[in-house]
Amino acid sequence: MAGFNKVVHSYEDAMAGLQDGMTVIAGGFGLCGIPEGLIAQIKKMKTKDLTVVSNNCGVDGFGLGILLEDRQIKKMVASYVGENALFEKQLLSGELEVELTPQGTLAEKMRAGGAGIPAFFTATGYGTPVAEGKETREIDGRHYVLEPAITGDFAIVRAWKADRYGNLVFRHTSMNFNPMAATAGKITVAEVEEIVEPGELEPSQIHTPGIYVQRVIKGNFEKRIERRMVRQG
Amino acid sequence: MALSREQVAMRVAQELQDGYYVNLGIGIPTLVANYVPAGIEVMLQSENGLLGMGPYPTEDEIDADMINAGKETVTAIKGAAIFSSAESFAMIRGGHVDLTVLGAFEVDQNGNIASWMIPGKLVKGMGGAMDLVAGAQNIVVTMTHADKYGNSKLLTDCTLPLTGVGCVKKIVTDLAVLEVRNGAFHLLERAPGISVEEIQQKTAGKLVIEGDIPEMVFN
Repeated sequence: MAGFNKVVHSYEDAMAGLQDGMTVIAGGFGLCGIPEGLIAQIKKMKTKDLTVVSNNCGVDGFGLGILLEDRQIKKMVASYVGENALFEKQLLSGELEVELTPQGTLAEKMRAGGAGIPAFFTATGYGTPVAEGKETREIDGRHYVLEPAITGDFAIVRAWKADRYGNLVFRHTSMNFNPMAATAGKITVAEVEEIVEPGELEPSQIHTPGIYVQRVIKGNFEKRIERRMVRQG
Repeated sequence: MALSREQVAMRVAQELQDGYYVNLGIGIPTLVANYVPAGIEVMLQSENGLLGMGPYPTEDEIDADMINAGKETVTAIKGAAIFSSAESFAMIRGGHVDLTVLGAFEVDQNGNIASWMIPGKLVKGMGGAMDLVAGAQNIVVTMTHADKYGNSKLLTDCTLPLTGVGCVKKIVTDLAVLEVRNGAFHLLERAPGISVEEIQQKTAGKLVIEGDIPEMVFN
């Protein structure tokens, strides 16, 4: 990988350096916008004791859910984990630790982590179990909770288009957590649908500037739909 | 008679005003979108990063990259905007969303809400609910007035772990419309055929009844 060519051609190269006990931040909302091939690579590597930070933990047999099968996740930081029988089982048996975090706070923790802000005050969660043990402060008559930022050893994201500089564009609502996750990894790996030539992406329309991205790999995505709703048209 | 789910949604829809940005939670709140009054335009915000949520797609329109916060396939209306989760919650936390409608297990007379966790049962997570109740300008809660055993869900103090404190402004139940202010539930309207006495009996928290309480009107 010389200069600004961040494209890698194998999943082994894409996830090289991932070790037991690391923190991995993953983009995606439900099964929408998840880096399917990078998750599969983590499963293949059998890396253990991972802390995974993502809004959800996939479903049984797909997405981050597959990392539960061989108990690779030690701790999950998420806002909602209700879609997964194996998750419930491991949580109840004490094999898996979960830190439930309000969705907006989770997004902001990633954003802050990537932006060099160590913590921030938010009204979200004040007076609830989320605020227990955390510093609170009254500012202009309202109560706020101090929430620490999150950074990861790795961030894995899914994008629509990338160039070799690592500039990313996301498609529709598959953007979700991906842009913040991308900023918060020491090594950020983007699995993308298409790699285009530099200049093809309009500079002012780039969602994630390449400075945040260390590796880019072209993936093939199943794009499973979690709740297929249709109207008669 | 107690209102149906659809009737609760119809009554909540009367709270919508022209030009409102609205976030609708899962369940009855989602149905509110079906009853937007004629002649007004509202923009639906979905917290996974969509402002201008449209109806479900036709078979031809289905796109795995286009979902709502309930993880359902959805469409965007003309004039919609799509953005990241951080941007989405900046809108919510920053008070830019005019109205949030969500369900709850319990609400109390001080506007506290419990909607995400029942101790002893498996906890699935709060999703965006804590951010929504902390951020929206106006919060309407929809729920049944009492549980299936007849126990009131409108309490002096919530018994379950909270989602947010002092944030609920209005409640639409299957029996009544109530406003929460000054440490009490204020009865505004009754469901057709429901007596003030029944509402009183099923409200455990402090209930203020001033003058004649009108029945809800459905067009």
